[in-house]
Amino acid sequence: MDETDISFFKDGLRLDGRRADQLRPVKIEVGVLARADGSCYIEMGGNKVIAAVYGPREVHPRHLQEATRAIVRYRYNMASFSVEDRKRPGPDRRSQELSKVSREALEPVILTSFFPRSVIDVFIEVLQADAGTRTAGINAAAVALADAGIPMKSMISSCAAGKVADTIILDPMKEEDNFGQADLPIAMTPSGDITLLQMDGDLTRDEFQRAVEMAMKGAKDIYELQRGALVKKYSQMVEQPVREDVHVCD
Amino acid sequence: MDRKVVVPGDLLSEEAKRSGEGTYVKNGGVYSLLYGLANFRDKINVIPLAGKYIPGPGDNVIGVVKDITFSNWIVDINSPYDGLLHISEFPIRIESDEMSKYLRIGSSIMTRVADVDPTMKVELTLNDKKLGQIKAGQVIEISHTRVPRLIGKGGSMISMLKKEVNCNIFVGQNGRIWIHGGTEDMDLALKTITLIEKEAHTNGLTDRIVGFLKKEKGARS
Repeated sequence: MDETDISFFKDGLRLDGRRADQLRPVKIEVGVLARADGSCYIEMGGNKVIAAVYGPREVHPRHLQEATRAIVRYRYNMASFSVEDRKRPGPDRRSQELSKVSREALEPVILTSFFPRSVIDVFIEVLQADAGTRTAGINAAAVALADAGIPMKSMISSCAAGKVADTIILDPMKEEDNFGQADLPIAMTPSGDITLLQMDGDLTRDEFQRAVEMAMKGAKDIYELQRGALVKKYSQMVEQPVREDVHVCD
Repeated sequence: MDRKVVVPGDLLSEEAKRSGEGTYVKNGGVYSLLYGLANFRDKINVIPLAGKYIPGPGDNVIGVVKDITFSNWIVDINSPYDGLLHISEFPIRIESDEMSKYLRIGSSIMTRVADVDPTMKVELTLNDKKLGQIKAGQVIEISHTRVPRLIGKGGSMISMLKKEVNCNIFVGQNGRIWIHGGTEDMDLALKTITLIEKEAHTNGLTDRIVGFLKKEKGARS
């Protein structure tokens, strides 16, 4: 489809009413799965992603185990119903690549040397996709890892920037991703160390600079939301009226 | 006491020497490694809210025999790493082919971590009067992160509990707890421990538990 067929801006605002440098609404819930050691559910705009962390635990199959550190396994998976045309279930080339880069985005902050001969498993299930599932997955994974009590040097936050109609925008949604000119997801620590940077499409050197800066700012905002969600889970634990269900024999 | 919820990467102090458990030092600052509660004393410690039990030398733990090899019992200690109880660490001398006479697969034992090497080979021992096979009572499991709270400062909570509920209690660092006593006493102990686990992160817990026990006992008589 020709790019000129679509207008991405209306009265200076994007199709969904956002400014160019505005994130989609984010919702983060911590500890949504009882079975997992740590879990997180995140909504970033139309994306709905669930993350589960297991471990550290014994490695199966055995030959993968490392004598001096824990290994990290990351499985990104899209549900067959997560996109409009049914997605053929199972790992494909795309999800394998995303699993690899996402794992490498998180591994630098995890203290794997604390747990020799073990594995930390991270599972990401995309329930609904709307461009930017890898960033949503990484954000959820970082929160779930913290929830599982796994030692990390810092959190990881992830956000994308893109280019549509020669304008740099933050957090592209589906239409902007599909018909835009570029997509640039990053992941980073709150102190600004980038652990993932990918680019699809064309950007000039100047545009690239601006896009990275914009994505970093977005990731910082997301970090605050991740932090807030974790702190909120704790305060809920404190306020919980524990008394009632314990006083059974009154 | 000064306490605060922290997430990994939070700056806790500019003084590197205050770095305690669950923290690390970078560029002279102390940062949190964990999602948990930071305690600001001389040293800053971060107590995690979750996580797996990692065995350390000297820990008392409760394990379940899951396999027997030529000279070792392999023991599940509720951790990513299995414990090895060598035949020579059994209080009496026994022959290799008689191992299953003493501890069978499924036997529960109160044991102690003798040594952990860098590859996380965990060696257990039964060579202590306090240790041995569990033959009566019941074992309950709580998160190992709550165990310090159950024991209390210098054992204050657990000794109070033992006295108040009139039960024998053995607390494993791995979060498994053995209780032995009369049926009603055990029920009360179980209820109290569940309450301690739930409210582990609140202040003034010991006093509240004392009050709770008094009320429960009053209701009973």
